[in-house]
Amino acid sequence: MRRLDAIRAIYPELERSVVVTIMGAVAAELQSIGHRPNFFYLQHAMGLASSVGLGIALSRPGLPVVVLDGDGSLLMNLGGLTTLARYRPRNLVHVVFDNESLLSVGGFPTATSTGSDLAAIAKGAGVPRAMTVATIEEFRDAFLAALSATELTTLVAKVEAVGPAGYVTDLSLLENRYQFARYLKEHLPKE
Amino acid sequence: MPVSVTSSTLIYRGLQEAGVRIVSALPETWLVHLIRMAEDDPEMTLVRLAKEEEGVGISAGAHLAGVKSAMLMQNHGFLAAINGIVSCGQLYRIPLLMLISQRGSFGERDPWQTEGGGVTEHVLEALRIPFDRLEAPEHVGKRIAKAQTLAHSASRPVALLLCRDLMWED
Repeated sequence: MRRLDAIRAIYPELERSVVVTIMGAVAAELQSIGHRPNFFYLQHAMGLASSVGLGIALSRPGLPVVVLDGDGSLLMNLGGLTTLARYRPRNLVHVVFDNESLLSVGGFPTATSTGSDLAAIAKGAGVPRAMTVATIEEFRDAFLAALSATELTTLVAKVEAVGPAGYVTDLSLLENRYQFARYLKEHLPKE
Repeated sequence: MPVSVTSSTLIYRGLQEAGVRIVSALPETWLVHLIRMAEDDPEMTLVRLAKEEEGVGISAGAHLAGVKSAMLMQNHGFLAAINGIVSCGQLYRIPLLMLISQRGSFGERDPWQTEGGGVTEHVLEALRIPFDRLEAPEHVGKRIAKAQTLAHSASRPVALLLCRDLMWED
């Protein structure tokens, strides 16, 4: 499965959620499908996208929050999985695109290429729902199930190590940040 | 335990008065009363972390969602969180309110704390993070309020150092 196709398969649901992505290919590909003001791209601070998602989910328990994470980023903040599991917000879906590689810096293999299993790690950390999928259909079904589940889910999607030609987009970091905060302030009532 | 309950209470009140609703923390001796107060307060969400850098992300998410938060950590935790502070907090102009216990200063008996105490203020300066020291009870409420005001007006991380004379009753 290609990550771009996987994101496209869930894009209609993303329009109705608050989305936090990691940097690199995930951010560029989601923007190539279509940026929306409810999408925030954390273009650095590798590992912290899931923590940002947790902060939003705890602040707005009635909002569906989707984090689009990656294997390289998650491996930098494995402890964060234990924090996610500890507070297990019911409104958070944690997607991990696992291409077994640090694609944007030259494709160096990560530990998932040699057997580290992120869904098993999430489960071991205490995340109530954690699974791995390998096809678009499985991914879409599992994502929809996670959105309607009332439990925290870590959904690992095995994807090919291919990405866009470049990673810098027309959207400046701060424009995105202030637009996203304003969207949360104006369009969504506080719980 | 000679950690000051009186000072911890003043600090906690300062956070409450500043409208803080989420506190992230990693336990350390000087912070035990503060963490317990956050845990016992039904109005406060306490997020216990595995590593301090997570707290930067949680506070960033809370801020983007319109909720005020604070981070409680030891200075060694601050040192461990620096990339997150720079490439999330500063890059994205997040008004982080960081309360950092300043271990390793004069009076420190634990040898393992002594290196961090010597570098913390230099690192804060190098990062251009505005900071102030909380050394006496009369500093606490005003300086927490002022720190938070600057964090929001500048849209940047700020730090308050919780110092030995405030936190520890020998």
